[in-house]
Amino acid sequence: MIELPHPAEPNLPPPAPPGPVQEGQVPISPAGPSPVVAFRNVSIAFEGPPVLEDITFSIASGETRILLGPAGVGKSVLLKLINGLLQPDQGSIQLFGEEIATMTEERLFPLRTRTGMVFQEGALFDSLSVRDNVAYQLIQERVPDEEIDRRVHEALTFVELDSTFDLFPGSLSGGMRRRVAIARALIHQPELLLYDSPTGGLDPITSTTIVELIVKERDVFRTPSILVTHRLQDAFTLCTHRFDTELGHMVPIPNGQTDPSTTFLMLEEGRLIFNGSLHDLLHTDNKFVREFLE
Amino acid sequence: MAIDPIERTAKNIVGTVQDYSLFAQRAVLNLFRPPRYWIDFMLQCNIIGVGSTPIVLISGFFTGGVLALQSAATLSEFGATAVTGRFVSLTMIRELGPVLTGIMVAGRNASSMASELGSMVVTEQIDAMRALGVDPIRKLVTPRLFACVFMLFFLTILADAVGITGGAFVTVFMNHQNGTQYFSQAWEHLTYSDIVQGLVKPLVSGFIVASLGCFYGMRTTGGTEGVGRSTIDAVVFSSVIIIFADFLMTQVLLTLFPPI
Repeated sequence: MIELPHPAEPNLPPPAPPGPVQEGQVPISPAGPSPVVAFRNVSIAFEGPPVLEDITFSIASGETRILLGPAGVGKSVLLKLINGLLQPDQGSIQLFGEEIATMTEERLFPLRTRTGMVFQEGALFDSLSVRDNVAYQLIQERVPDEEIDRRVHEALTFVELDSTFDLFPGSLSGGMRRRVAIARALIHQPELLLYDSPTGGLDPITSTTIVELIVKERDVFRTPSILVTHRLQDAFTLCTHRFDTELGHMVPIPNGQTDPSTTFLMLEEGRLIFNGSLHDLLHTDNKFVREFLE
Repeated sequence: MAIDPIERTAKNIVGTVQDYSLFAQRAVLNLFRPPRYWIDFMLQCNIIGVGSTPIVLISGFFTGGVLALQSAATLSEFGATAVTGRFVSLTMIRELGPVLTGIMVAGRNASSMASELGSMVVTEQIDAMRALGVDPIRKLVTPRLFACVFMLFFLTILADAVGITGGAFVTVFMNHQNGTQYFSQAWEHLTYSDIVQGLVKPLVSGFIVASLGCFYGMRTTGGTEGVGRSTIDAVVFSSVIIIFADFLMTQVLLTLFPPI
């Protein structure tokens, strides 16, 4: 088992469910005094109309946010803004309490080591073995080989791929590559996880395996995270299931309840049009959200 | 308006030059700040230096041979075939050795750097590296840059040596002239300034090859087609700029070291 970054707290009071965005209301999640991520009026454009416009939201400690929206709406751009891979044209982004919107690349590197990111296609380094991919950060930090091997085995066991230790990414299936990417994101015990369409392009069974891993990570480590997806099924599974550590797999939360720490954001044409719980999502009057759900 | 495309093109050119300057500056300054990736540097020395040796040897040998053939044909009209050795060695050491080696290495390595880094960009491996807290310029570009400068210096010496040998081969076995005379001419008229001229150029060429190869690779956009475009740009621009820089350097070096 991977060492816990911070002890799981099953009795932790969940954040109060945020409501849907009303006209004129700033869509801020009711996070604690110091959210892990806080966006304030963030906009970005790439030689054309804005990709994201006036985005305001936050991610509290222990919170999982699911970012929904059709393809090309700016979901991945928003994710890359969170850890400074892109810089906004205007607005403020705070990561772990530090303003990163204007931070230099040099100063961003230490902050990024505190986050874990799973890319759309895994983004594994083709020329490195699975072991070296997962251990990439540890190798850069010159951690002793014995410890690297131990921690890589732990991370790969978490994603149930310990047998791939010596393989190269080229010999892995799409689903396996995503799971290795999750292991790589987890090995450094991140304080924030960013998932960029981790189930995109996968078959339903493999998608469920990935979602189960995300649920497992959420319920075992309680790392705050944001997951980008356009697959409603995955989003709902994440919200309506919990990881049973005794059974060793994901089970539905009884009585039709949902995970209170898992909430939704939704983008339409670069604007944040929804910020709230699953219940609010299902009962919103917003025409675009209703169309998306249908 | 018709002026718009011109304005856009001008802005693009200025923007590209600015981006390249900042990129090259970061790549160079990284050498003076830790962490330094010495293993990557050694690996690149092997890829660039050892990997390019065969093509440099072959092209150098035949260039020297062609020089000997052509010069002997011309010099014979003045009854001066005896100075073939001098002609070949000076031309190889001062011009053709550095320039041809630079262009050969550009063809092989600027393309490989641009396509490798370009592929990493389009598959988000560069973003993944940044997300893991590692500076891709420090990790990928700086070792390539210094390995290319370092190895091109020695590859040029190698090209000069085999070029002169190629000239000797032609002189002795095809033109049926005296080998000792060839080598004594090649050696006796060689001056310190010739050597300096010949060995300053590969340092600049190495910088041009690696910095442009990496620069075009790192700014790849547009998927696999973009990788192809970056590769072409890297090879074309590095080859042309090597020749242009050679012209400028020759002008400067001839001023600094005027011919006796």
